[in-house]
Amino acid sequence: IHAGLWLLVSAMLLCCVSPLKAELKNSQHDSHSNSNITGISIVSFKWEHVKAPYIVAVWVLVCFLCKLVIEANHHVTSIIPESALLICAGFILGGIIWGADHQQTFSLTPVVFFYYLLPPIIVDSGYHMPNKLFFSNLGAILVHAIIGTCWNAATLGLSLWGCQKGGAMGDLDIGLLQYLLFGSLIAAVDPVAVLAVFEQVHVNDVLFILVFGESLLNDGVTVVLFNVFDAFVTLGGAQIDAVEIIKGIISFFVVAFGGSLLGMVFGILMCFLTRCTKNIEIIEPGFIFVVGYLSYLTAEMLSLSAILSCVFCGVCCQKYINANMNENSVKTVKYVMKVLANGSETMIFVFLGISAIDKTIWVWNTGFILLTLLFIFVYRFIGVFLLTWPLNRYRLVPLEFIDQLIMGFGGLRGAVAYGLAVMMDEKKIKEKNLMVSTTLIVVFFTVIIQGILMKPVVTWLKVKRATLHDLTLIEKVQNRVFEHMLVAVEDISGQIGHNYFRDKWKNFEEKWMMWMLMKPSARKTQDHVFSVFHQLNLKDAVEYVTEGERSGSLEFIRNDSVLIDFKKKLGDDMLEAMPDVTADTSFDQGIMLRDPVPSVSLEMHEQTMNGLREMEDLNSHHLLQEHLYKGRKQHRHRFSRNHLSINTDEDEVQEIFQRTMRKRLESFKSAKMGMALPKTISKHTKKEQQKTPNGKNRISVDEDYEFSEADSASGYDPSFTYRAGGGIENPAFMADLDPVVPLQIPPWLAEAELDSGGVAPSQRAQARPPLTAGDLRRLAPLRISTQSTDSFMMADIPDAEQRRDSFDLPPPPPPPP
Amino acid sequence: MGAAPTRIGQQDPELVERTGFSPEQINNLHKRFLQLSGNKDTISRENLNDIPALAYNPIKSQIIEAFFDKRNQHDSEVGSLEEITFQQFLMVMSHFRPPTLEMTAEEKEAMRKEKLRFLFNMHDTDGDGKITLEEYRKVVEELLSSGSIEQESAKEITDAAMLEVASTNVPHMGPEDFYEGITFEHFEQILKGLEMESRMHIRFLDTATVHCGKS
Repeated sequence: IHAGLWLLVSAMLLCCVSPLKAELKNSQHDSHSNSNITGISIVSFKWEHVKAPYIVAVWVLVCFLCKLVIEANHHVTSIIPESALLICAGFILGGIIWGADHQQTFSLTPVVFFYYLLPPIIVDSGYHMPNKLFFSNLGAILVHAIIGTCWNAATLGLSLWGCQKGGAMGDLDIGLLQYLLFGSLIAAVDPVAVLAVFEQVHVNDVLFILVFGESLLNDGVTVVLFNVFDAFVTLGGAQIDAVEIIKGIISFFVVAFGGSLLGMVFGILMCFLTRCTKNIEIIEPGFIFVVGYLSYLTAEMLSLSAILSCVFCGVCCQKYINANMNENSVKTVKYVMKVLANGSETMIFVFLGISAIDKTIWVWNTGFILLTLLFIFVYRFIGVFLLTWPLNRYRLVPLEFIDQLIMGFGGLRGAVAYGLAVMMDEKKIKEKNLMVSTTLIVVFFTVIIQGILMKPVVTWLKVKRATLHDLTLIEKVQNRVFEHMLVAVEDISGQIGHNYFRDKWKNFEEKWMMWMLMKPSARKTQDHVFSVFHQLNLKDAVEYVTEGERSGSLEFIRNDSVLIDFKKKLGDDMLEAMPDVTADTSFDQGIMLRDPVPSVSLEMHEQTMNGLREMEDLNSHHLLQEHLYKGRKQHRHRFSRNHLSINTDEDEVQEIFQRTMRKRLESFKSAKMGMALPKTISKHTKKEQQKTPNGKNRISVDEDYEFSEADSASGYDPSFTYRAGGGIENPAFMADLDPVVPLQIPPWLAEAELDSGGVAPSQRAQARPPLTAGDLRRLAPLRISTQSTDSFMMADIPDAEQRRDSFDLPPPPPPPP
Repeated sequence: MGAAPTRIGQQDPELVERTGFSPEQINNLHKRFLQLSGNKDTISRENLNDIPALAYNPIKSQIIEAFFDKRNQHDSEVGSLEEITFQQFLMVMSHFRPPTLEMTAEEKEAMRKEKLRFLFNMHDTDGDGKITLEEYRKVVEELLSSGSIEQESAKEITDAAMLEVASTNVPHMGPEDFYEGITFEHFEQILKGLEMESRMHIRFLDTATVHCGKS
């Protein structure tokens, strides 16, 4: 299969690449000959017009296809990381191109890399940075990123220089400064490579953020170092005096901190922007990307560190813009960012592979290359150990030896180094090609070999892995308890610690930052416990409905949100407006109150459905509308660029819902009884008798049995609307379950019987699977046990009833004659 | 005793042994103790209540109560004290020691248990070994009272959390059973994911330094 797939891909690529070349020549020829022709050509081949974007698009497609093929083979990706495979795919593609062209037409150029491929990745990492983790480990990250990178650069440069003096590398035209330049470009751990490998390994959070944070920040550092040394090389050894060196050091800090500061400014700007995008929600996500990219470009323009600027822009704004934007925009930003970042990452690796297949850049010097590899590996470990040792004395939770080993081992180099190497000026640095090829080898070695070994090493050393589950609600609550407790104990013991500062910062943030940068409406929903709760509720509700559907019962609808919504909105108004349905409504409200299942989750659910909530001014006029089916509405906005909401009209949803339920009911009945029609009729008559005093109801019942388009007329009857909307009472269905209702019983009592009977099947259905719906039910006894009186006042009633039902029901009563 | 506070660490090597603090840390804490108690031998609830920095802590009362809880004194007694001595103060504080590199796995486990127990005791106010819904609700309500969440939501969050506990620990519960409350074992089970030993700690100063939060 494997070989086949590869063959397929390469064949396809051949198709892509070589015809392009051929077409290129043809089209040139064509255009030349075309110019002589006078008159109108009906179809013309305009390759030249589309050439550049076309090639880009085809390459993007090809890279994505590579990824697709690679990801289709799970047994391979579980051993070899995806990044390594992508590079190998790049080798193959490069080979094909080389075979077709005998020169490398496509390679990763610094401009493409630094201006188009890298920014999406950096924006993404900044925006999705786990802030708390990042800032609580910021000290260690900074030490490793700044001092560690300088250490790597200096030691590598000096050692290589020493080795050359010792004669280990033969005759090379490289001076000390150039060695240091080389050292600085290759010193930095690459965020792209690190993320690609560590994502698949799942090491614990602290270790991950240390390696990843370091790799992000030290990219900034390495670019700065590179520029400083580049300037030194340009100046030449003779001109460098103490003043220049001091200038270099100052520029290092200005560039790094200036970049970070600029990023923060842009981050705050972004927050302000999202604060006022209420009316243009559809392009809201666009702001994030544009401003993020601008922060990168602006920093580049001011010759500050673009990477740092971008990272801090994302880190600063993520919280506020996520709160400010509406939920869909947040999701869009998230997904588009991932698409861009993942796409760029794929392209970077593939092009790294392609760039390597080029005879012109390869200069082999065994001594230089092997020594570089050795030094990089060794000094990385030494650097990590040296820097962690003093850090551990100040860290409350020291980094263990194993963690340090993994940090050392995670020193993957990547495309940033290659990009910088290619940027070197050939006139100034004679051995540029040697450096480029060494960089490539280092990149390949670290990404492929270390990448492959990473997983076994992590397993073998038993590195603490990340816990891969979501925080449960209780854990969130407990976390909160924690924070407050630690602050309190610090207060009592009279010490200023992390928790103290964190608390102070939090207060400050709540007071000022949120006020400034957040929409007033967004501030409310900022609570984490609340949001987890909300998510759990949504999950519960979804599972609950799925459960009900799976068990084939209609009954789950009784407890569904639809019902609750109706209760909330209809309840009071109905009582006033429609006195004749009072009995029914109030009764059903009773049911809802007593129903133990959804009250936990769905009341909250209700709150979050703010769209529905705005309709509290519901009146009879609205009720009338409810059954008028307006199908065309669905299509109205589809072509509009401003409104994406396709089917949010509640009436329509209700209507569709009813129809579906009715259909289902029919099929359910016929499946259950074999013959549905006689049943309906008998029930019909009975209902009619019952409800004759209530003239309106009669109509509604009649219409109910017709299952036709015409029943929109029944919308005039509020009681029916209400019922059907919730899907709660379909008399025909009740009849099957509890048909022996004596006729002399008043209607509301009769329905009580019907209803309680109706609960039972769902109960049986719920009893089977242990999950969700069943769990929800368990809360009822729990509440009883604690004698809580709030919001579950009537919890005991359904319990008793259900217990009775579970005894009564299993032999279903015979249908009425 | 108040006359020679600086020597208390050296005077009492047993204290070092029992609490795991270094003599310097004990010294510092003793200074703080005297500051809080107003140079007396014991601290009362009022003393802790008066700490200004604590004023805005939503779970202030629980924390203070924990200091006077006999269960946190490594004894098997239940109940609460009126006043605590420095030694008892230290014992409570010792729950917040950070783990060290030299600790073995068993020691870490023991430490984790101890910390969990402290947390559990804080919730279990009546000391019957179970956190009932009422008890838990009280904590959560106070915890969330500072935010914009209403009372009602706090209640529901508690219920949902409790339900979570019930469903993870007693997966097959008949409709007739009811969940009385969280036992310590369940509590431990639920909080497995939280790295208690590495998170529930504060930094105790080793050297003599300036104190903050003067009362």
